[in-house]
This record gives sequence, C-alpha cells and structure tokens, in this order.
Amino acid sequence: MARGSVLLSVPEMMEWGLRGPAVPRRRALRLRVLSIVLFLGAWSLAAGIVQAAGLFNPIFLPGPWLVLGKVLAMAVQGELWAHVGATLGRVAIGFSTGAALALLLGLPAGHVRAVRNLVEPVVELLRPIPPLAVLPLFIVWIGIGESAKAGFITYATFFPMFLTTVHAVRQIDPLLIRAAQSLGARPRQLFFRVILPAALPEILTGLRLGVALSFFVIVISEFIAAEQGLGFLINDGRSFFLVPQMLGAAVLLGVLGYAGNALVRLVERRVARWQQAV
Amino acid sequence: MKIQVQRVSKSFTADGRRTPALVDIDLDVADRELICLLGPSGCGKSTLLNIVAGFLEPTSGTILVDGRPVTGPGADRGVVFQEYVLFPWLTVQGNVEFGLTLKGVPADERRRIARRYLELVGLVQHAQKFPVQLSGGMKQRVAIARALANAPSIILMDEPFGALDAQTREILQEELGRIQRVEHKTILFVTHSIREAVYLADRVVVMTSAPGRIKQIFAIKLPETRDRFAPEFTQYESEITRVVKEEVAKVHE
Repeated sequence: MARGSVLLSVPEMMEWGLRGPAVPRRRALRLRVLSIVLFLGAWSLAAGIVQAAGLFNPIFLPGPWLVLGKVLAMAVQGELWAHVGATLGRVAIGFSTGAALALLLGLPAGHVRAVRNLVEPVVELLRPIPPLAVLPLFIVWIGIGESAKAGFITYATFFPMFLTTVHAVRQIDPLLIRAAQSLGARPRQLFFRVILPAALPEILTGLRLGVALSFFVIVISEFIAAEQGLGFLINDGRSFFLVPQMLGAAVLLGVLGYAGNALVRLVERRVARWQQAV
Repeated sequence: MKIQVQRVSKSFTADGRRTPALVDIDLDVADRELICLLGPSGCGKSTLLNIVAGFLEPTSGTILVDGRPVTGPGADRGVVFQEYVLFPWLTVQGNVEFGLTLKGVPADERRRIARRYLELVGLVQHAQKFPVQLSGGMKQRVAIARALANAPSIILMDEPFGALDAQTREILQEELGRIQRVEHKTILFVTHSIREAVYLADRVVVMTSAPGRIKQIFAIKLPETRDRFAPEFTQYESEITRVVKEEVAKVHE
C-alpha cells in the first residue's frame, strides 16, 4: 500500500498505533545528513582549538579537511588505488570463500540433525578462540602472502556466518514445511522452495556481519605483513607520524565497510521484497 | 469409502511417561462428505487430523485413503491450518500456484487455475499482494484457494476459522458451504464450535475428553443451504451441546 494513502493495511495501522506516524523519508534523510555535518563540525572545532591554544603538537589531530586533502592527493598521485584495490581484493576473496563455506555447511547442518551433531561441536570449540590468536599460525602455515590474508578473513568470518545460517534454518516455522509437504513438495523442492527462501533474510543478516568483520580483520593482517593495503597505510603512517594518512586510511575503511553493508542491504531489499511490502 | 480410519490409537511419550491421546478410533468417511470433528480442547481431534494428513504416525491402527494406507503427507490431502501458514515470500498468486509449480504445470496454465480459485474466494484484485498485507480472513481465503488449486480429493481443516473474529468467521463458513457445493471435496473439519459444526457438516463426530474416543456421531439432516435460526438447526445445536457438555464437565472434575 502506498505510503501516505488514507487506507492503511492492518499491520501498518498497528505500527502507527504503537509507535506513532513514521518520519517522512525526506526529513529522515535531512536528519542523517545533519548528523554527519555535526560530527565533522565537532572534529574541525577540536582540531582548531588544539591548533589555536597550542595544547599539543597539532600534527597529532589534523582536521577533517587536512585528512581529506591527503586522501585526495594520494588519489591524484595514483598510489591510493593500489592500496584500496589490494584491501578490496583480499576482502572479496576471503569473504566470499567464507560465505560459501558457511552456506555449504550451515544449510545442511540447520536442516539435518545428524549433520548438525557432526559439525557443530567442532565449530563451538574453535569459535571462542579470538581469530587474532590464530593469525600468527596462519603466517607460520601459509606464509605472509596473499593467500594467508584472504584465508584469515575466511577463517574469521566463517563462524558468525555459519551460526546465523544454522539458526536461520532452525527457526523456520515447522508448519511451513508441513504446508509444503501436503502440497506435494519432495525433499529437494522443500529445500529450494521453502527452506532457502524462508531462511534467506536471516542468512543475509549474517552475511552483513561477515562483511563488517572482513574489514575488521583485514587491517590487522595488513599491519603484520603487507606492502600494500589500507592497513599497511595506517601502520606505515604510524612509523613516520603521518597522522593524516592514518586517519585517511581509517576513514576509507569506514566508507568501504559502509558500502559493503549497503551492497548486502540492496540484495536484501531485492530478495526479501515481501518483508517491506507493508 | 474415501477415508477409512481403522482402530487408530496414538500416545505421546514425554519425560518417560506415555500419555494416550487417541484410543481405538474407527471412522469411515464417504466420498464428498463433510465431517466435523468436535470435542473439548485436548481431546485429540487435531491429532487425528494430523495422522490423516500424514504428519504424525499412529501408535497402532491404519488410515486408508482410497483403500491405500497413508504413509506420509501428500498432494491428495490438502491441509488448511488455523495459523494460515502462507509462504510469506510469495505473492497471493504465488501461494495459490505453489502446488502446481511443484508438479511442473506450465505458467499460463497455473495462472488460469490460480485465477479461478482466487475468484472463488473473492481475492482476484489482491493477487499481487504479499501475505503481510492481508487481514486474517483474507489470509485464510488464500490458504483455502491454495489447497483447492492443487486439486486434492480430500481437504483437512484444523480449526481454520478459530483465529478469526465472529463476523468474519460466519462469512467464511458461508463461503466454505458455497465452495463445497461447487467443488465436492471430502472434508475433515476440526472445530470446537458447535454452531460451526451444525452449519457445515454432513455428520458431526463428537469426541470424548482425553484420551479421545468417538462418543457419538450425529447425521445432520438439514438442507444444503442452512439457516442458523431455523428451529431444526437449534434443535441439533442443543442436542449436541448436551453431549459435549458432559465431556467438558469431565475435564473440570
């Protein structure tokens, strides 16, 4: 039902009654932009005060414009793209391998109790170990090359994505399965036409978690051994007190993580259209 | 006989204790007959329905459909649940076409059949909506259309109108009566509403309180289109009420 129309659907009416009218889209957007502007303003102000009052050496807290200038300069010189490309490439390979493994193991584990009993204990044993603790092991085993970095992302992102996938399948209303069976669904059809679509929204939430985690852990492995990548830029900046470079790389990581999140959300909106249908 | 329930018993085991839910149920359902299973809550009427649907296995006894034993759920027995249970990611039309899609029926054929049944339940103009956009009564209409479109010879209905408000409930009862006069399915209908049972059923099967047995069967000899205020109707109602009350009283003893 179109927003703003007089006739509301029942769930819409309930939502309205419980939480009041929804904020119009344009106003919501204005508030969001305002939030970012305020943040940048506070940052500029802080940097300005440090500079004016001479509290400490201003190179430690450059204002946002200085950071942006540094990023732009690196972009124009071209060196930035190699770093961004390296990080993105590692995340893409590492994350997609992790996601593929999580789905390949998680879907059957959620659906078949025997598989779950076989897979879950090992996962539960390994999961509490902080991924960082095994990074040195990865380096010892596979060296400091690209495969170690991608492999580390795969390892770190596998667990949350596997667990959400298992949960997504397990929480499916058993009556949906019964309804499909009494309409003649055979096991294969049940899996592809009921279990997969019913689990998809939560699986996608898990994938978003995985994307965020990918950017989280790639930086660390780029600290330890890399000649390229945003994590390298930060670490490199630390050695030479290049604070604008450090902050610039951090901001870029934030932007990339945000974009990755938005990308999965876009997929979510496409495949889970029915959830927004209200 | 369309459905033969032969000495069916069912008990559930929880915490090492066996609780009988159904004891020695014998029931023959004729082709095109509408049977209402009536009884106090917990009497096992839904359990019996679930056994006929193939969702549960009886502890002993057998169910025959067209002379063949039931071994699991199947497309010959459509089910309508109290909770509607539509596929939320499919449109109304997608839901109605679901069984046909499984069978590999071509798209234009599916659309034609879905349209026919959506017309029958008065939802053609809502075909492209998603279930979240529908009211409870509309959802249940979709569920009925979905079951019918799959062309089962039997429809099993588990308190299908139990979650609806009184007005919607009566409207849907009337619609089901009208649909049955067109579709002639064999229907097993679980309810705890005596009025609903007398309004819809060819025969009303009253069950005892737990463990469930068949207490008495009433053949409702009323015209196809029924008047809830006719003296004969209220006569059946009060007769059945008396029998049901004995059972409800037992539960509270």
